[in-house]
Amino acid sequence: MTTILTPELTAHWDEPDSFTLAAYRRGGGYKALPKALAMPPDEVISTLKESVLRGRGGAGFPTGVKWGFIPQGDGKPHYLVVNADESEPGACKDMPTLLANPQALIEGIVIAAYAIRAHEAFIYVRGEVLHVIRRLHHAVAEAREAGFLGRDILGSGFDLEVVVHAGAGAYICGEETALLDSLEGFRGQPRLKPPFPATAGLYASPTVVNNVESIATVPWILLNGAPEFAAIGTEKSKGFGIFSLSGHVMTPGQYEAPLGTTLRELLGLAGGIRAGHRLKFWTPGGSSTPLFTDQHLDVPLDYESVAAAGSMLGTRSIQLFDETTCVVRVVLRWIEFYQHESCGKCTPCREGSYWVVQMLDQLECGGGSEADLEKLLDVCTNITGRAFCALGDSIEAPVKSSITYFRDEYLEHQRYGGCPFDPEASTLFTMENAR
Amino acid sequence: MALTVSDLRSRLGADATEIIGRYPKPRSALLPLLHLVQAEQGYVSEEGIAFCAERLGLEEAEVAAVTSFYTMFKREPVGEYHVGVCTNSLCAVMGGDAIFADLKEHLRVGNDETTPDGKVSLEHLECNAACDYAPVVMVNWEFFDNMTPRSARDLVDGLRTGADVVPTRGAPRLCTWKQASRILAGFPDEQATAGHTAGDPSLAGLRKAREQGWTPEGQR
Repeated sequence: MTTILTPELTAHWDEPDSFTLAAYRRGGGYKALPKALAMPPDEVISTLKESVLRGRGGAGFPTGVKWGFIPQGDGKPHYLVVNADESEPGACKDMPTLLANPQALIEGIVIAAYAIRAHEAFIYVRGEVLHVIRRLHHAVAEAREAGFLGRDILGSGFDLEVVVHAGAGAYICGEETALLDSLEGFRGQPRLKPPFPATAGLYASPTVVNNVESIATVPWILLNGAPEFAAIGTEKSKGFGIFSLSGHVMTPGQYEAPLGTTLRELLGLAGGIRAGHRLKFWTPGGSSTPLFTDQHLDVPLDYESVAAAGSMLGTRSIQLFDETTCVVRVVLRWIEFYQHESCGKCTPCREGSYWVVQMLDQLECGGGSEADLEKLLDVCTNITGRAFCALGDSIEAPVKSSITYFRDEYLEHQRYGGCPFDPEASTLFTMENAR
Repeated sequence: MALTVSDLRSRLGADATEIIGRYPKPRSALLPLLHLVQAEQGYVSEEGIAFCAERLGLEEAEVAAVTSFYTMFKREPVGEYHVGVCTNSLCAVMGGDAIFADLKEHLRVGNDETTPDGKVSLEHLECNAACDYAPVVMVNWEFFDNMTPRSARDLVDGLRTGADVVPTRGAPRLCTWKQASRILAGFPDEQATAGHTAGDPSLAGLRKAREQGWTPEGQR
């Protein structure tokens, strides 16, 4: 059997003290930093470009290119902001990374800030994860104590301060411009782009916003070289990434593997769908990416192949549902989430999400008619592309794909006069044992 | 008893100055200041809003507008232990809906309500980035993983009777709501090095790779 999993960021998570600076250094940590600081900053950026690391927060924009957009010699302060606001339904990779290996992020932050010539960096972490926040503060303190943060880092003359900033419960703040508004102390509402953060970001200054996993991968690339990284993965989707499997799978969890790995391969390692059941539908990249079904087990999970099959790789947040699950119930709950999390700035998203919830709710309860499916699709079409940010587009993804693959299940609700599924059958526990 | 703005000035003034000093521009301190107010009062009162506005040179309406945007800021007191049940799709299907329904019945409170003894408040949550540990319950933002209706009921009973309740992934000593809010304001307690690092799902891929003899490719 060829190597499918590539534990790199996750390689030391089973050591009890893996989150400490000592453990990180024991595993080879902070060897990339002196290497980077000995290079001209532009060379660090070109190394990242050469590695073709694409943003691990979902959009897949090349990280080195993003860094290269920061204007140099402009006389303005530059900022690095780490997006640790992981809240996409299905996404659960960054929080375990920060619990078990926060120093990889800190080392990556120093390298990235050096490259873009920023002297202040912010980690915007979602607020609802207390122990993760403790670990981040601890990691910053340990790194500072050891001279990896602060003034004249490793004698290079480079200064950097890092602030851990806890959010307060708003999914939309994972959108980079909403995150910046939130970090400036406002309601987290997305900004119209352009201007992009690279020219007018935090406090209207040039800013790079990167996902936790993107930045945590940077030390590996500096240490092992861009060609080594680019040798992993597929032609256009390079390197390794964490795939998060959750739901009706025997062994849910984090599986770090080259991009382009298939769900069939991952399920083979995770023990398959729970015993006695079969896969019905899944998300390749969280709830904002169109559903896949058991027809898509062999789609290589890279940006291009997933897009060609009609979805998006997103954050590799693979939520698996077996045949006991009602797809209408799942989609309704996701849209209720988008309705709750819509920031209210753009009318199509703010109002449209309410309309879609009402229609889905009626369909789940056995009401409505077949014509409502067309109306639902029509409403979704009028949201997509008509809002400042992608949250609006996310409403269409599960609705449209579920109607494409499970139209008859929607109609079955009308024939049956309600939801034909028993919700107890899809729980992880039998209700008698659980009560 | 409600605190006046003057009380807040004397109790929180030095901490507020430290928070504001972390940022290039003062307004960035607003979210941590609101967490700080919650650490003192348990919620964001009118006086808390006035205090933040005064410190940042903002109108009270501007602070109130920010407060109401974020679900973690509460405008009414919550319990000493705020229990959140994830009812986003995956957790709901895996049992979160059953757990939430059961807890409402068991505690005799609705969503966003607190038990009469002030110990436990209940809320349904959106995705908390722990889907591989579904169904997930949070208490004061610590993880209680792989819950069932029974274990959730035992959990809230323990919280009400003062039993030793320990998160499945978190610090060994469970913070109160106010203590947790202080950490969110950027004043961590001493528990960072204690507690859990990675549960079984976090290690699933690593263990499988070890079992297969697949080692990291990069030099370490």
